[in-house]
Amino acid sequence: MDVRVHNIRKEFGRFPALDDVSLDIRSGELIALLGPSGSGKTTLLRLVAGLESPTGGTIFFGDEDASQKTVQQRNIGFVFQHYALFRHMTVLDNVAFGLKVRPGHRRPPAAEIRKRALDLLELVQLSGLDKRYPAQLSGGQRQRVALARAMAVEPNVLLLDEPFGALDAQVRKELRKWLREIHDRTGHTTIFVTHDQEEALELADRVVVMSKGAIEQVGTPDEIYDHPVSPFVYGFIGQSNCLAVTLQNGEIWFEDRPIGLRAPAEPDGPANLHFRPHDIELIDGCGGCLAGLVTASRRVAGTRHLELDLGRTHPPVEIELPPERAAAGDHSRIAFRPTKWKLFRDGERQAVVAEAKSESSPIEMQEPTLVAQAS
Amino acid sequence: MSHDPTASSVASPGRQAALPQLAAATSESRLARLTLTITALAFVALFLLLPLAAVFTEALRKGPAEFVAALGDAETFSAIRLTLTVAAIAVPLNLVFGVAAAWAIAKFEFKGKAFLTTLIDLPFSVSPVISGLVFVLLFGSHSLIGPWLQSHGIQILFAVPGLVLATVFVTFPFVARELIPLMQEQGSSDEEAALSLGASGWQTFWHVTLPNIKWGLLYGVLLCNARAMGEFGAVSVVSGHIRGETNTMPLQVEILYNEYNFVAAFAVAALLALLALITLILKTALEIRYSAEIAASRRH
Ligand SMILES: Nc1ncnc2c1ncn2[C@@H]1O[C@H](COP(=O)(O)OP(=O)(O)O)[C@@H](O)[C@H]1O
Ligand SMILES: [Mg+2]
Repeated sequence: MDVRVHNIRKEFGRFPALDDVSLDIRSGELIALLGPSGSGKTTLLRLVAGLESPTGGTIFFGDEDASQKTVQQRNIGFVFQHYALFRHMTVLDNVAFGLKVRPGHRRPPAAEIRKRALDLLELVQLSGLDKRYPAQLSGGQRQRVALARAMAVEPNVLLLDEPFGALDAQVRKELRKWLREIHDRTGHTTIFVTHDQEEALELADRVVVMSKGAIEQVGTPDEIYDHPVSPFVYGFIGQSNCLAVTLQNGEIWFEDRPIGLRAPAEPDGPANLHFRPHDIELIDGCGGCLAGLVTASRRVAGTRHLELDLGRTHPPVEIELPPERAAAGDHSRIAFRPTKWKLFRDGERQAVVAEAKSESSPIEMQEPTLVAQAS
Repeated sequence: MSHDPTASSVASPGRQAALPQLAAATSESRLARLTLTITALAFVALFLLLPLAAVFTEALRKGPAEFVAALGDAETFSAIRLTLTVAAIAVPLNLVFGVAAAWAIAKFEFKGKAFLTTLIDLPFSVSPVISGLVFVLLFGSHSLIGPWLQSHGIQILFAVPGLVLATVFVTFPFVARELIPLMQEQGSSDEEAALSLGASGWQTFWHVTLPNIKWGLLYGVLLCNARAMGEFGAVSVVSGHIRGETNTMPLQVEILYNEYNFVAAFAVAALLALLALITLILKTALEIRYSAEIAASRRH
């Protein structure tokens, strides 16, 4: 079932945890709500579930206005961060709970309830553990019971709050892949919350990046990574550098010289240049480039990460190079130029505020060819 | 048998579980530990075991026949019946009130919550005699509603209703105080999970909340019961001491004692102590029988 969130506001006391959030989720999609702690992800999830009521706005399940309905009537499946399994019930009883508490005319016969619960346990690969109590399971197993329990009611939408947050890295990775498989097999519309960008990018059809109670960007993992629309998304997703630059006659200047990048349509003035460590090219003779001293050098898997000092007042910049190209040792001077980059007009803090967002003016990314022309 | 609230919380299962860790974490010298242990044991012996033993010795001083005869006395028998009746009404009432109050305080945010929490402790902080007097002021013949009650033939003071009211008031905190920390610790995500799965409020309470708190609840009820049967001060004020009618067991003990009928007085006292002992034994037995389940419910 598709889920549409319309201009939702949620205040706790006077504090706005969500400020005018709108989001369309298509039927069968796997959506990640991604953002730092306190950005309002859980609040949004609980509002969709009906565990909180909004200060303003509406939520539609299909064509029906779900905001008027109680949590029971919405028929959702919710997986809690700390599982919230019923500790005095066996695994089987936990999974069967949602069917057992149905009123008589909607409740399947006991034998069928049992069969469905056992089928679900098989789906989540827990066959044979049906008589255990939650305390006798590992964290990963508990989480899978919680998921089976939520799916037992055939929910309109499946909601998961940091489903793997309390598990160790290895189990996390396994469960991640496994959740994707389950989703592809069952086709439930699914929203899951995470603060782990890797998890979101790997698992989701679309990622919703949230910050300070607002949505920063919605898009496929590729869109989010390759075309971040705000400085916040640039900084939050993946690695990125941010340099204070100035625009002069359509040219980008760093300190006292142009760096060979052009933004022709832009008026003069200060701006911030964002680029990722791996989106750079080394330059031999510097006719217009960024240059700095290598202050640190780390080998990370297949690439070498170099930290460069560009001058007194600037934070260090990080670039990534193939190891053979970064052969030079410390304290050598490196000249380079971003190949993919973006300019934002406002300081990072202003740009993430919703009102200021329209004022911040991202300048179209320049193709490497264009840059080559200019140099 | 101490009914004082601090003693109750020290003995509560939750704290017991924390004790071994504490002992391991602290590293007092052996001498200090020995001294502390001996002091504690001596204290318990002096103030708990000795009086208890004295009660039973006095009761049996003239032999078991006298003991049984003393309990068979009509007035004493009526006191025993009255005590059991009052407890049978007051304890279930406080079970319901206590669960409701703990539920409200632990699971909801509302204005006046801190005030309500303080209010629950009131019966512990006010002298029982004053608690009794409050009811006399409320329902006595000189009170506002006294004449109305009288004209409708409703007897509250010097009758079972007054005894029940006073007992309910004095024993109110036991269940609530036992449950509030437990429910606060458990949070409300189990309940939210049940609701999200379609369970009604009542189903959620019955299938999720109640099983989660049953051990704390049982403990609170046992303590509440012990105190309900043993309460003296408040009950004494509202009872009117009508022999064979409004005397509960503790009041009967006092009357017999004042009449120098020591064997009978101690016989009733011994019975009272026995009821309290049975309560504790029952609790311990249940704890041993279900220790695995109790541990599981806390670990998870
Ligand atoms: N029940 C609540 N009462 C008061 N403030 C809350 C409550 N729940 C969340 N908040 C606040 O709302 C903001 C968003 O919280 P939350 O949705 O839990 O963030 P996230 O899940 O992204 O970490 C936080 O600042 C948090 O302190
Ligand atoms: Mg959260």
